[in-house]
Amino acid sequence: MSLTETLTALNQKELALADVVASLWKRIEEREPEIHAFIRLADPEALMRREEALSSQPLRGLPIAIKDNLTTVDLPTTCGSKSLSGFRPPFDATCVTRLKAAGAQVQGKTNLDEFAMGSSTEHSAFGSTRNPCDPDRVPGGSSGGSAAAVAAGEALAALGTDTGGSVRQPAALCGIVGLRPTYGRVSRWGLVAFASSLDTVGVLARTVRDAALVLSIIAGHDPKDATSLPLPPHDYTENLETKDLQDLKIGLPREYVPPGLSPAARGLVDRWCQALQELGAEVVEISLPLTEYALPAYYLVSSAEASANLARYDGVRYGLRVPGELMAEMMAATRTAGFGREVKRRIMLGTFALSAGYYDQYYGKAQRVRTLIAREFEAAFQEVDLILGPTSPTPAFRLGEKADPLSMYLSDVFTLPSALAGLPAISIPGGEVEGLPFGLQLIAPRLGEEKLLRAAYALEAALSA
Amino acid sequence: MIDDRVMARIEQLAGLELSPEEREALKADLTRILDYFQKLSELDTQGVPPFEPLPGQVNAWREDEPAESLAQGESLANAPEQEAGYFKVPRVFGEP
Repeated sequence: MSLTETLTALNQKELALADVVASLWKRIEEREPEIHAFIRLADPEALMRREEALSSQPLRGLPIAIKDNLTTVDLPTTCGSKSLSGFRPPFDATCVTRLKAAGAQVQGKTNLDEFAMGSSTEHSAFGSTRNPCDPDRVPGGSSGGSAAAVAAGEALAALGTDTGGSVRQPAALCGIVGLRPTYGRVSRWGLVAFASSLDTVGVLARTVRDAALVLSIIAGHDPKDATSLPLPPHDYTENLETKDLQDLKIGLPREYVPPGLSPAARGLVDRWCQALQELGAEVVEISLPLTEYALPAYYLVSSAEASANLARYDGVRYGLRVPGELMAEMMAATRTAGFGREVKRRIMLGTFALSAGYYDQYYGKAQRVRTLIAREFEAAFQEVDLILGPTSPTPAFRLGEKADPLSMYLSDVFTLPSALAGLPAISIPGGEVEGLPFGLQLIAPRLGEEKLLRAAYALEAALSA
Repeated sequence: MIDDRVMARIEQLAGLELSPEEREALKADLTRILDYFQKLSELDTQGVPPFEPLPGQVNAWREDEPAESLAQGESLANAPEQEAGYFKVPRVFGEP
């Protein structure tokens, strides 16, 4: 059942909150030992007890899963890192505060690649998460725990974070919906910083309507985040229903259908175009030639920002401390023991890209290329309303298959360009390749969430028919 | 480009102490990654400004008004070591 259907059943008294919680926990008992989507779970009895207190609120006490790099006072926040094991945040992330204010409860904290750096949820200090569609395969990442929990039926909906594709790619690999809002649409307060100019809070859900519902709750201005946009609240579920998409022109970039894409995946892209045309939209081929430069630009910018943001894990105020005679020794020993291999790799890369003598050549260059990529999107959106393509080049890969960092980074080629430009985008189930889910991605101009969700909603119905 | 001297300097700047095996592995990774990233030099960025994540937005100021903050106990609750209301750390100077 979707979040929306569950709410309707609660409102019509066909179900009680206790029934919903019990059925989610039954599912957790069945699937969780194999999937390992959660790092920590709330006490179901405690969630059930709040039925009456929350029955007049819009979300009626329903549990929502939260990625473990969003702070919660109820449960420790670890970011999948030894550095933060046992850390109990003194405040809730703003998105969590807003969910609670709407009557939701924190169901648990979901697994992720350490500090959200990864595309497979294999880089967590608390073990890998597996794909519910095929447990030999990864769920994608870094919000792999959130995606797997929703896909396995363990959660109704989940929050994730998307820096370079970390909501959309796992949603695609697990066969669910993943929404990344415009940069600045949802407050980053309480999102443990990875790359501050790219980080966004997004939604993983079973349906487009559910994603729109959760976005309506978590979006909005927050004085605690200076980059949060001063925009009024908005109900994104309002204009989803539409007879057709006759007013929309959709661009399919030829770079998003590269020669390496499998014939099965190409067949799906054709099917998507046909479905859009049947809905009345016009589909045109466009070109985004800078697509191939997004990967190096993204890894330089995000690693540079990460190297600065992760300087705080020094064993002084919270988290792990490894003893040392002198302060500097204690700090280095703590950081060395606390971070995993991928995090160290990115800190080293980022520190190098920011270091004297290399700054202009690497970080400066990447930030300028980022401007070019954003301009390329702006120009494309003069011609088309939305951009279509696959979310990830392949369906879910096997655990351990991408041991080489560059090949892992390449699984994000289609989500990185829009992330660099701060654009909203969504992944919805687009069919199957080799019997595994394959995601369809739509990208909108800045603040174009309404149009994005309306098209995704219509396509979701057309493709599941 | 990434030789042992550069590795030692980045390691120090990053506050890490890699094991010899880890250092060799990361040196090889970084060399390969940066080599691939040379791709960016194909693009002419002369006169292109660095990206602004929020186009048109300038500094977001707020009123300088006192607001509620964390109590001392809450701030110290996660401290690895504390004494008399302070975070406690090892000594900063001296021979190791």
